[in-house]
Amino acid sequence: MAVKFELNGKQVSADVEPDTPLLWVIRDTFGLTGTKFGCGIAQCGACTVHLNGLTRRSCVTPVSQAEGGMVTTIEGLDGKEARAVQDAWVGIDVPQCGFCQSGQVMSATALLKEIPKPSDDNINQAMAGNICRCATYVRIRKAIHNAADTLEG
Amino acid sequence: MADQIFRADIPSTTADSGLSGTNPADTRRIDRAASTGLSRRSFLQGTAAAAASLVIGIHLPGKARAGAAASAAGESAAFAPNAFVRVAPDNTVTVIIKHIEFGQGPATGLSTLVAEELDADWGQMRAELAPADTEKYVNSLFGIQGTGGSTAMANSYEQMRKAGAAARAMLVQAAANRWRVNADEITVSKGTVSHGASGKSASFGDLASEAARLEVPADPALKSPDQFNLIGTRVRKLDTLDKTNGTQVFTQDLYPESMVTATILHPPQFGATVASLDDSKARRIKDVIDVKTVPAGVAVYANNTYAALKGRKALEVTWDASKAETRSTRQMEQDYSKAAQTPGLNARNDGDVEQALAKADRIIEAEYFFPFLAHAPMETLDAVMQFKDGKVTAWLGSQIQTLDVGALSSVFGVDKSSITLYTQYAGGSFGRRAQPGGEFAAEAAEVTKALGSDRPVKLMWTRENDIQGGRYRPLAIHKMRGGLDKDGNIIGWDQQIAVQSFMKGTAFESGMFEDGIDASAVEGSRAMPYGIANLRIGQHLMENGVSTLWWRSVEHTHNAYANETFLDELLEKAGKDPVEGRLALLGDKHPRHRGVLEKVAQMADAAGPVPSGRQRGVALHKSFGSFVAQIAEVSDNGNGEPRVHKVWCAVDCGVAVNPDVIAAQMEGGIGFGIGAVLYDAITLSEGGYVEQSNFDRYRSLRISEMPDVEVAVIQSTEAPTGVGEPGTPPSGPAVANAWRRLTGKSVYRLPLVPINV
Amino acid sequence: MQHAVYSLGGAGLIAAMAFLTLGAANVASENGISNETLKSPEAFKSISDKSKRSVALFNEMGKVITHPRCMNCHPKGDSPLQGMNMQKHEPPVVRGAGGMGAPAMRCSTCHSDENVTFMDSEGSVPGHAVWRLAPPEQAWVGKSLGEICRQLKDQKRSHMTLAELQKHNATDGLVGWGWNPGEGRTPVPGSQKMFGELTQAWIDTGAECPGG
Repeated sequence: MAVKFELNGKQVSADVEPDTPLLWVIRDTFGLTGTKFGCGIAQCGACTVHLNGLTRRSCVTPVSQAEGGMVTTIEGLDGKEARAVQDAWVGIDVPQCGFCQSGQVMSATALLKEIPKPSDDNINQAMAGNICRCATYVRIRKAIHNAADTLEG
Repeated sequence: MADQIFRADIPSTTADSGLSGTNPADTRRIDRAASTGLSRRSFLQGTAAAAASLVIGIHLPGKARAGAAASAAGESAAFAPNAFVRVAPDNTVTVIIKHIEFGQGPATGLSTLVAEELDADWGQMRAELAPADTEKYVNSLFGIQGTGGSTAMANSYEQMRKAGAAARAMLVQAAANRWRVNADEITVSKGTVSHGASGKSASFGDLASEAARLEVPADPALKSPDQFNLIGTRVRKLDTLDKTNGTQVFTQDLYPESMVTATILHPPQFGATVASLDDSKARRIKDVIDVKTVPAGVAVYANNTYAALKGRKALEVTWDASKAETRSTRQMEQDYSKAAQTPGLNARNDGDVEQALAKADRIIEAEYFFPFLAHAPMETLDAVMQFKDGKVTAWLGSQIQTLDVGALSSVFGVDKSSITLYTQYAGGSFGRRAQPGGEFAAEAAEVTKALGSDRPVKLMWTRENDIQGGRYRPLAIHKMRGGLDKDGNIIGWDQQIAVQSFMKGTAFESGMFEDGIDASAVEGSRAMPYGIANLRIGQHLMENGVSTLWWRSVEHTHNAYANETFLDELLEKAGKDPVEGRLALLGDKHPRHRGVLEKVAQMADAAGPVPSGRQRGVALHKSFGSFVAQIAEVSDNGNGEPRVHKVWCAVDCGVAVNPDVIAAQMEGGIGFGIGAVLYDAITLSEGGYVEQSNFDRYRSLRISEMPDVEVAVIQSTEAPTGVGEPGTPPSGPAVANAWRRLTGKSVYRLPLVPINV
Repeated sequence: MQHAVYSLGGAGLIAAMAFLTLGAANVASENGISNETLKSPEAFKSISDKSKRSVALFNEMGKVITHPRCMNCHPKGDSPLQGMNMQKHEPPVVRGAGGMGAPAMRCSTCHSDENVTFMDSEGSVPGHAVWRLAPPEQAWVGKSLGEICRQLKDQKRSHMTLAELQKHNATDGLVGWGWNPGEGRTPVPGSQKMFGELTQAWIDTGAECPGG
């Protein structure tokens, strides 16, 4: 059965089992490897994508749930919040090993789209599902504030 | 100012980025060629570039003309560079990084050393991980190729500077030849070679092919520290952009043509083996190719990851536990505790501790329990391997390449010369990827070999494989006795450590053992700097079937914790200030210990008085040549658990090559340490089954639990030492000391927050 | 450490104790079979006193109401619990607007319209349409069954008439999830149909609440 959805702005069709996690369709079928496998049980956030504009853990999302929807991965992330976040990330060298950072950037961008000027509490709540074993959290928090400042102009 | 506090210094603009484009949207690309060798197209481009490149390998002084080495070797020279520096006609300077990059910063750090001596522009610098090649990329501190012990900077400081200086000298000579002027009239600045009198100038790329024909200078002059432009400053990390826009390629991201994905089911107990296997359900799953029993368990092969995972779940295996470790961690604790009650083999024995304790006015006793800890790097262990026409190609986040190649050689039964190992950027390690017997490489090799195909095989561990897969920080018991005289002086200190050795039976045993003492097991305790006249450190090496390994800062984790919390408690009982008390015990023999401790105390003092409802705790520890002191500020989060608000950290790691990378490593090391001390334990139930399997029960510190961190780097002219690990050991005891001062409760048992099992 | 999160009176306590024993195992090792049975309204016919019968019926409903599957999303405070031992939800989450989580960390970030079985291990992520927390005025954790009962009857807090409550108990999909909680989770006892019948019988007998 083919599942059809929009992936980073392009219509795609995946001829896979409908219960295949979206994560593996993105990676194995479409070759977009920025979205990572970290835990498989929605605990770490490394697989975060946007489904219809909202954060989604692709490792526990059967691809059938994306049918007719819009999926955005780190490769297709765009818009002023995304640019502000990524510039802020680069600006203070947030990543260490870097493996979780696609997910961090996806969550941070989603946060800023809803709350342009987040508090520390907003950040903690939005980002608590994204584990960074290198513990780059001090910089993640700082970079989100910096991105918010940029957006404010 | 003798030091810098970096938190406030982090700029929020990207104006001077040395990266190739600051708009991540402009650089979305997947360049898998550089260190993967996987893209044929990029491979050919790389070859063309290399033919006209200047390649410097300072390990071959005078042995060959540099250019000849590059062009004569042709394709293979570009594919497996035999050098540290490559200057391409496009004016990029690529530094070949012999230490694996998993976030601790060598790609940037070692490139900085080259760029400094080369007088390159930071924007032209690139980094590429070195493949396995022990002769060329040996870690001189180990005698083999490998990363660990926070040695990257210490090992490469001179070597990489010489590589840069040699390249510079050759570029200058090439310019002098072309312009027919004296080399000493030529200057180099930010990647431009100039002759002032004639007004001529050229870029490195311009001069590369001419420079490549020259002799490599055997002993190029190095700058003195006052001439440094880059060392000691914050340069942008070379890998940040790719790690922000999803283009950084890790082993997990490799999908070579015709690749098979494999998963593996390990036995549920350490040492158990497959008794019988029913794989009929697994084989019926669409896209499952094969199922094989291998030494490590049962491997499932499939055309995609989904099928490989589904197949793994469908396996029905009976295990033979006759040789398995079946004790629970409770039972192990009892066994270890029993041993620790008597004096073990002395790792250190100053004065006469029994006599001192007999005379003591007060004796304080404590028994510490440290659980097994998993490393849980974000990227689970994985590898891609191909066995074709008698040759092995492996792509692996290899931390000790020499040993991994050895493991591949013995599994595949081929000579090491038939093995090509491309070191991959790795999604964290914390010690997990450094394996004394190349065990994971061997497992992936067995899985690849068992398929009996020449297709590349990617073995990807699940998180369950990782958390339950052993190689933990060892479980340990420390039995402590401290004696105070009537004036509150510490007159006796007895510490009996019961722990298993993971060095025994490995390539490292001969180096690590002396007179029966495992230097790793007692590290940090044996070297305690405090002036205590009667001090005994005893070691009991315990047998255990659970596999263990070094874990970020190795056994400094439990040693520093026991030392620094017990000392703090003795000082408190003696009515002494934790900072002044430590300084008094350090005396005048340990200036660098004193330096970081005094600095961190100043930092905390400058923050003002302790807010109500909070307490501060201090800890000081030297590891891997670096000195770190920390003060943690802690409150009760309302559930009887600590909330760490702030950690001040002072570090002295010699010359600070990149102060911002040092600060980042302190921040990360602190978060890693605090997470473990507060929340983590691997426990085994009756029968020897690991009770945790994923991040739901093996907690990881989350952003909401991360303290604010402020780091001061002590300015120093001493040779640089490590920063990847030394931030971790003091973090736990600093928090526990604050908690004891807040609640009156000593924390002898970790994790501090009881776990759910 | 999470054991004393709630205390209940009467039959509810006994039910809770039984599950706490089970709860010693972790989520993944829940056996997926309820060891409780839910009695039908007929079983209470022998209680002649209508008011006592009503209380007994509610106590029976309490087996459902106080089951961790239900209590976990009727928490005290702003974060759900999880598992039979009602531990803190991991990862940490908060109520947010409409009980549907915080921006960028909505319930729907992980919970979809259906239970999703893990591929790599035992267990599943629970899911149902509009996965969310019960409103704070319907917090049950930490309350006695009598308190929960009075809270349910108080329209200001339940936002439901008794008839609406019956319909909710008998037909609401999210309530019904408790009997179909996905791989690795113990369902609440009985069936939603029977829970609806018990609720109706309780209302018919005067909707009396247990004491305490």
